[in-house]
Amino acid sequence: MLYDVLIIGGGIVGGAIARELSRYELRIALCEKEVEVGFGATKANSGIIHGGHHAAPDTLKGRLEWAGNQLWDELAAELGFGFERIGELTVALYDEQTPVLDRLLHHAAVKGIPGVELWTPERIQQEEPALSHDIIAAVYAPTTGVVNPYEACYALAENAAQNGVDILTGFPVLRLHWNGELWEVMTPGARLASRFVINAAGLYADQVAAMAGVGNFAIHPRKGQEYLLDKRLRGLVKRVIFPCPSPVSKGILIIPTYDGTLMVGPTAEDTTDREDRSTSAEGARTVFDAVRRLAPGINEKDIIAQFAGLRASADGEDFIIGPTARRGFINAAGIQSPGLTAAPAIARMIVEILQAENLPMTLRNDFVGRAPHPVHFAALSTQEQIALTLRHPRYRRIVCRCETVTEGEVIDAIERGASTLDGIKFRTRAGMGRCQGGFCTIRCMELLSRLRRLPMTALTKRGADSWLVCERQEAVNGDERAPGIEVGDA
Amino acid sequence: MITSNPRHLRGSYDVVVVGAGPAGLEAAVAAQDAGADHILVVDRETEAGGILVQCIHSGFGLHRFGQELTGPEYAQRVLTQVVKRNIDVVTDAFVLDVDRERRVKLMTQEEGVSLIDAQAIVLAMGARERTRAAIHIPGTRPAGIFTAGMAQRLVNLYGLLPGRRAVLLGSGDIGLIMARRLTLEGVEVVGVFELMPYANGLNRNIVQCLHDFDIPLHLSTTVVEIHGRDRVEKVTVAPVDANLRPQMERAWDVPCDTLLISIGLIPENELSEQLRLRIDPMTNGPVVTSTMECSRNGVFACGNVVHIHDLVDFVSAEAMLAGRSAGRYVAGAAPPADNVRLLPGENVAYCVPHTISTEREHTIYMRTRRPLEACSLRLTDLGGKVIYEKKLRYVFPAEMVNLKLRPAVLHHFHNGALRVDVAPRADG
Repeated sequence: MLYDVLIIGGGIVGGAIARELSRYELRIALCEKEVEVGFGATKANSGIIHGGHHAAPDTLKGRLEWAGNQLWDELAAELGFGFERIGELTVALYDEQTPVLDRLLHHAAVKGIPGVELWTPERIQQEEPALSHDIIAAVYAPTTGVVNPYEACYALAENAAQNGVDILTGFPVLRLHWNGELWEVMTPGARLASRFVINAAGLYADQVAAMAGVGNFAIHPRKGQEYLLDKRLRGLVKRVIFPCPSPVSKGILIIPTYDGTLMVGPTAEDTTDREDRSTSAEGARTVFDAVRRLAPGINEKDIIAQFAGLRASADGEDFIIGPTARRGFINAAGIQSPGLTAAPAIARMIVEILQAENLPMTLRNDFVGRAPHPVHFAALSTQEQIALTLRHPRYRRIVCRCETVTEGEVIDAIERGASTLDGIKFRTRAGMGRCQGGFCTIRCMELLSRLRRLPMTALTKRGADSWLVCERQEAVNGDERAPGIEVGDA
Repeated sequence: MITSNPRHLRGSYDVVVVGAGPAGLEAAVAAQDAGADHILVVDRETEAGGILVQCIHSGFGLHRFGQELTGPEYAQRVLTQVVKRNIDVVTDAFVLDVDRERRVKLMTQEEGVSLIDAQAIVLAMGARERTRAAIHIPGTRPAGIFTAGMAQRLVNLYGLLPGRRAVLLGSGDIGLIMARRLTLEGVEVVGVFELMPYANGLNRNIVQCLHDFDIPLHLSTTVVEIHGRDRVEKVTVAPVDANLRPQMERAWDVPCDTLLISIGLIPENELSEQLRLRIDPMTNGPVVTSTMECSRNGVFACGNVVHIHDLVDFVSAEAMLAGRSAGRYVAGAAPPADNVRLLPGENVAYCVPHTISTEREHTIYMRTRRPLEACSLRLTDLGGKVIYEKKLRYVFPAEMVNLKLRPAVLHHFHNGALRVDVAPRADG
């Protein structure tokens, strides 16, 4: 297959680039090594659309953070994923931290971010009574929002596919070769060719750059552990709460997720293992010790799930976006926080780079920017639920009782491309609630099995060797019955 | 077995029972016997019977039916009572919400979402299993981690195995039963690891499910980390000290592809919370009176949704009481209010019901916090006077203690509160 642009990496950055480029008359492919898009850093992202005032204005991060922030309302409206500007507070606990608040106010002024202001302890207590009385001041930003990062990623990739992009999942890139005219992209199943290659490979972006012969940076995985809390704490904290940031991390936050449940984290642990997504007892301690200083009412007993993700931070801690010494090979690498926020702006920047690299870019007249919004039963009013279930019997069965997910939503997810249990979970929330899939896992497996025409034993949690169940022994070993038991004629 | 009742549902019922497990079915029958005409039982599964349907082992019904039955047999017995009567049972349905006016938001296959008015509600949703997150086991999140009940469902209803080599965390009854079940299916059960210095399941299950199959039980030992990227590859286990803190220097790895978690049940309290019922933080279920009425009038609860039972026979007894109370409530014949509060004291985690009446006979269920031999159960008034004392040979947290209390016992006792202690005998 011959493409104009081939994107390596199907995370939020690759997804946003694919969708933005699909506006143009181009042949585009996206290669993702995992079985579904969004299964890397995106899946474990905190889901915050940063207010725009955290990163310094003179960095690429700082520019794209605010530029990206402003694009999310339109994206969410067009693609139908949840996004809400709930605002944030960056709080100071000591006098020594107030210069940090001053710096945030300064960033906001320089970038022209509206509504960012300093709050007194009285105001803080009035608006967020669960926060600690030790907080001496806070910077409020109304521009901060929350999304489900994986939902956004699925929506972007699906809309890109709708507009003709080939989304190739399960396509790890093994080698890159410039043949003088085109990049040849070797994957286990196919040899692809493209005029341009965009490196959005996240944790593996340095290795992909090295394949292209421009391996002049390194990715340093930085682990972040997150802890999701029971929904009984819903509403305890209404805005995203940041401590004063340190040079390497924004610190440990309290995040009211888009779905309303609280999440706390992440830690910031440098690691060398790009696949190590384990949580640890020390991590939990670090998170909850930090969170208790911000909101004393939050503790470990409300944990319903814990997970870890890896940030793809690069040397110098800034984004690495732009053309390279190798013609047609463009980096979108080192995308750590605020990468989710910046993703739509990164995509636009890639368009400009391609134009500057003389790729003819003609807007298509058949681009469909609006995607059908997935049904989200739990978010509907009673009258809407009555109307929906009257029209469509597929929404008449509850599959996940904790998050009130219907069978129809799971079927929709499978029809949209979910091929694994995690693919269903991250599209529908089935299995994300307090019972953690105790009830719905088997039901989701049955639906996957039926719709994909696969035996239950062929299903996986997230591809590769993550098999879920196996056959009974006798079916595997043939007719090995216990000795001494006579088997009569039928 | 009953699946769904195809008839058109009424717009209002005397009693709506949420859950068609043993608790819900027994309550429905009792409600009708007590005078309620129109009763609806709702269940989310395609078959009535609740969790008993997947409990194919025997050991149920000795108290209720005087003989040992399997789970499905027990369910069938109870269901037969329901079928004989004019009670609507709708399965493959779901109660989405119940508001304060007892308006039930119901989802059914026939009609989708509809609203139904109920004079009384009986909550009988049962329990859910505690997960790895409830005890914060760190490590990776691979495939191959199952709650014991989910594994039971896979094996008994789907004919599939959760894996080939399993480690069991926790010695709850479902876990013990599954250790035996999986062994019979050819799965290698490497061992059972229990945090506490004593087993959490009934003694008969320790003997019949572990000892008889040479499955080692490691007490005071727990799983401290899960390993494996895609599928479970091994777990790290460690002994714990007297304060239940893992001793990491004595930890070791156990290769396995499956981790079964059997660390207890939690009442399924979604609806209880939506109704803003008072919840007992020890049971995680609603606070109930001696008629099994919750903190909202006309809302009753029974079975594992109130507190976790070890025998279904006691669920049946409690459910009959709840159903009878709901029926009487509808008929306007509710008994006078309770006049005594029960306060869990020494070595008592909780008592159900939370209040009683000096006018009626009661069965009080309670759980102790730690094992004790040759002890006594005492009811003491707030002045320190012992009102009632009963000698017990032994108590065990895994075995619910029940106390039948006749009104005569409390004859001289007046309104107030009674402390319940299970303590060493005063006479030594």
